[in-house]
Amino acid sequence: MDLSLSPEQQEIRKLVRDFAGREVKPRADAIDHSGEFPRDLVKKAAELGLLGILVPDAYQGAGLDHLSFAIFVEEVAHYSASTAGILDVHGSVGTEPIVLFGTEDQKRRWLPDLARGEKLAAFALTEPEAGSDAAHLKTTASRNGHGYLLNGSKIFITNAGEAGLYIVMASTRPGSGAEGITAFLVGGDNPGLKVGPKFKKMGLNGSAIAEVHLDNCAVDEADRLGDEGQGFRIAMRALDSGRIGISAQAVGLAQGALDDAVAYAKERKQFGKPIAELQTIQNKIADMAVKTRAARWMTWKAAALCDAGRPFTKEASMAKLFSTDAAMEITLDALQVFGGYGYLEEYPMARRVRDAKACQIYEGTNQVQRVVIARELVRS
Amino acid sequence: MDFGLTEEQQQIREMVHDLCLERVDPRAAEIDESGEFPWDIKELFAKHDILAIPFTPDYGGVSGRALTLLVAIEEISKFCVTSSLILSVQSLGSLPIWLAGTDDQKRKYLPPLARGEQLAAFALTESGSGSDAGGMRTRVIKRGDTYVMNGSKTFITGGSVADTIVVFARTDQDGDTPARDISAFIVEKAMPGFKVGKLEKKMGIRGSPTAQLFFEDVKIPSANRLGKEGEGFKLAMQVLDHSRPGIAAQALGIAEGAFELARRYAGERRQFGKPIMEFQGIQFMLADMATQIEAARVLTYAAGDALDRDQPAVTAGSSMAKLFASDTAMRVTTDAVQILGGYGYLRDFPAERMMRDAKITQIYEGTNEIQRLVIAREVLKEKA
Ligand SMILES: Cc1cc2nc3c(=O)[nH]c(=O)nc-3n(C[C@H](O)[C@H](O)[C@H](O)COP(=O)(O)OP(=O)(O)OC[C@H]3O[C@@H](n4cnc5c(N)ncnc54)[C@H](O)[C@@H]3O)c2cc1C
Ligand SMILES: Cc1cc2nc3c(=O)[nH]c(=O)nc-3n(C[C@H](O)[C@H](O)[C@H](O)COP(=O)(O)OP(=O)(O)OC[C@H]3O[C@@H](n4cnc5c(N)ncnc54)[C@H](O)[C@@H]3O)c2cc1C
Repeated sequence: MDLSLSPEQQEIRKLVRDFAGREVKPRADAIDHSGEFPRDLVKKAAELGLLGILVPDAYQGAGLDHLSFAIFVEEVAHYSASTAGILDVHGSVGTEPIVLFGTEDQKRRWLPDLARGEKLAAFALTEPEAGSDAAHLKTTASRNGHGYLLNGSKIFITNAGEAGLYIVMASTRPGSGAEGITAFLVGGDNPGLKVGPKFKKMGLNGSAIAEVHLDNCAVDEADRLGDEGQGFRIAMRALDSGRIGISAQAVGLAQGALDDAVAYAKERKQFGKPIAELQTIQNKIADMAVKTRAARWMTWKAAALCDAGRPFTKEASMAKLFSTDAAMEITLDALQVFGGYGYLEEYPMARRVRDAKACQIYEGTNQVQRVVIARELVRS
Repeated sequence: MDFGLTEEQQQIREMVHDLCLERVDPRAAEIDESGEFPWDIKELFAKHDILAIPFTPDYGGVSGRALTLLVAIEEISKFCVTSSLILSVQSLGSLPIWLAGTDDQKRKYLPPLARGEQLAAFALTESGSGSDAGGMRTRVIKRGDTYVMNGSKTFITGGSVADTIVVFARTDQDGDTPARDISAFIVEKAMPGFKVGKLEKKMGIRGSPTAQLFFEDVKIPSANRLGKEGEGFKLAMQVLDHSRPGIAAQALGIAEGAFELARRYAGERRQFGKPIMEFQGIQFMLADMATQIEAARVLTYAAGDALDRDQPAVTAGSSMAKLFASDTAMRVTTDAVQILGGYGYLRDFPAERMMRDAKITQIYEGTNEIQRLVIAREVLKEKA
């Protein structure tokens, strides 16, 4: 056992910490208040090569590991979970399926643009009638000469409207559940793909989510990812490592909340002394610190297992479940430490609470994580 | 980053596991019922060099690595927490010697402990000073080349069976300086004036003797003082930094043992025509137990890894592991009793014993309230 970061990982941590502190921190409140998609930050991250962390060198990516990716997402989420969410979906579920399952031709056509940030990626699985029960999605892909015609609607799609690539799951054998699902690479400029208006939501303001309508959307055979019927497996594999990213996002939220709470507790005086000297405040700080540290270790463990080519489904689900529940508790506790000021949108405390809630829902609700974990427990 | 154990650690884990499954598991209920110290298990552990794990080879041991010790404690605790304490306290009682002893002191005291011929104990707590250990009253007066000790200690694990006991006592005479002027001494059980008082009756870990110790004009040679005069309190805190991950490992083992029991039971027990495992209420309890255990495991191993890599600030990590793992053990054992239903409440199954045993891990080596204070202090300091 050696739980130290490699020199390369330490370097990326320094780089992204610096980026997050310099660029993301000063923009975070404005992004939340305006709800505008932070194209400027995405561009700056791209300039540093941070949009292709998991893409191999050969396709102009950084060729780094999942642990480095987790570090990146955490550091951005420390200040802005919505920006982290955009970059996470792009770099993880939006890009990794091509790295893992793409043909050489697909990799050459898509990965360099994604790695350089010239195109953003989105992952389109969820439908109005198929959320947790994704295997019963209704979007169809029917054969059409040398390609397919996609018809149906997706909902809750992060980066919708901004993305140049959508990985779309559709059924090539309607009615046969998971076995009939196939994955497709659909360009953002495809005339058959239409994006609905952005949803207003509780938090993660700035990150766009919308419906994506596929109306006789023609996709070439060359843009089918994997074989027919392999789509559900591709989606589940994407979500396995995607959960490491969500877990890292939650760790960033938790650490940010903890740091602010600690600083405030030392400064804020009541009854003639800093509230940090009150034992109940100390207890909150201790509990927040323990949960944050445990969450980070769990995230890193899942990432390290994935990087070592070992099974990591259970660990990734546990990390996602633990970290996002911890982030919800910690952001609420940190807000409480700020008292009435925590409730004001002038401080980032309320925003973190609103943002943390999403983490318990997407990439598999925490109830679904428990289903996944229980299944793994029965299996072992 | 590598979360794997070395081959040697893996082998030790398997050896301890197999031995405990065969020899300790069948004794665990009896040990609890009788409340007697399991000398047979102590001999078994000595024979298989399990008691040598805390010690480096130059002092007759087989490892001395923190993580290896944690793994061994964890394995024993899956079966019998009382038995795990034989190893834990061998480490706890020898840590002050290991950390502050001179080479002479180490050569004299450590090898018989490593061989398991002798047992160690650690005596800090007094009836009037528990969490506030700095308020202790046991005193020594220096007379020439000896110290004369008077006072008493309470709650000393293994105090009645130990040969070598590290005792903390004040060297100041006015007693107004709480944490300063405390020094540590190696007391041998044969020293005149040393007496063992009553053994406590307890909720759990019932075969682990918890003793009152009395010191009446015990003459201790200066050569038995550990470190400098007045540095005892600092030493005690340093020992706890090293030993708290051991309590975390104990708690982790209890939780794992209880979880395994509950998982097996849920697969076998049928109600409403199917195994109770098929009810989502049970599945989610098991998923939460497993997730909490995984979190406790990473914190515990990370604390061991930090000690083995000589990291500069280990205090917070050790306390976090102890706090989180012991709270996890309490929750998981309580849930395990719940999953076994009425049978969980019976002595026929080990679930209720595990729950009684888990409770102590939230109390000793600093209650969890004290851990929170320690952690908060470290976190507030970090972010200065
Ligand atoms: C901000 C945001 C961004 C998102 N981004 C994307 C994206 O980029 N791409 C994408 O494809 N999707 C995305 N999603 C969708 C997200 O993954 C789904 O919302 C989620 O999977 C839940 O589906 P649902 O909303 O339909 O809830 P439902 O599945 O209807 O669940 C409702 C409730 O029932 C519970 N439940 C459901 N099934 C079970 C079960 N078997 N056992 C116990 N409880 C159960 C759920 O936990 C939940 O509490 C996003 C969602 C949000 C909020
Ligand atoms: C079975 C057993 C074995 C033991 N083995 C050993 C041993 O081998 N060697 C040894 O030296 N000791 C040993 N102990 C002693 C153990 O470490 C003490 O019991 C423990 O430190 C608590 O002290 P106390 O019992 O006096 O409780 P107290 O200190 O009186 O605490 C009572 C309550 O007040 C809380 N409290 C106290 N101070 C604070 C504070 N500042 N802030 C918030 N809450 C506070 C505590 O958390 C607790 O809930 C053992 C105890 C037991 C039960």
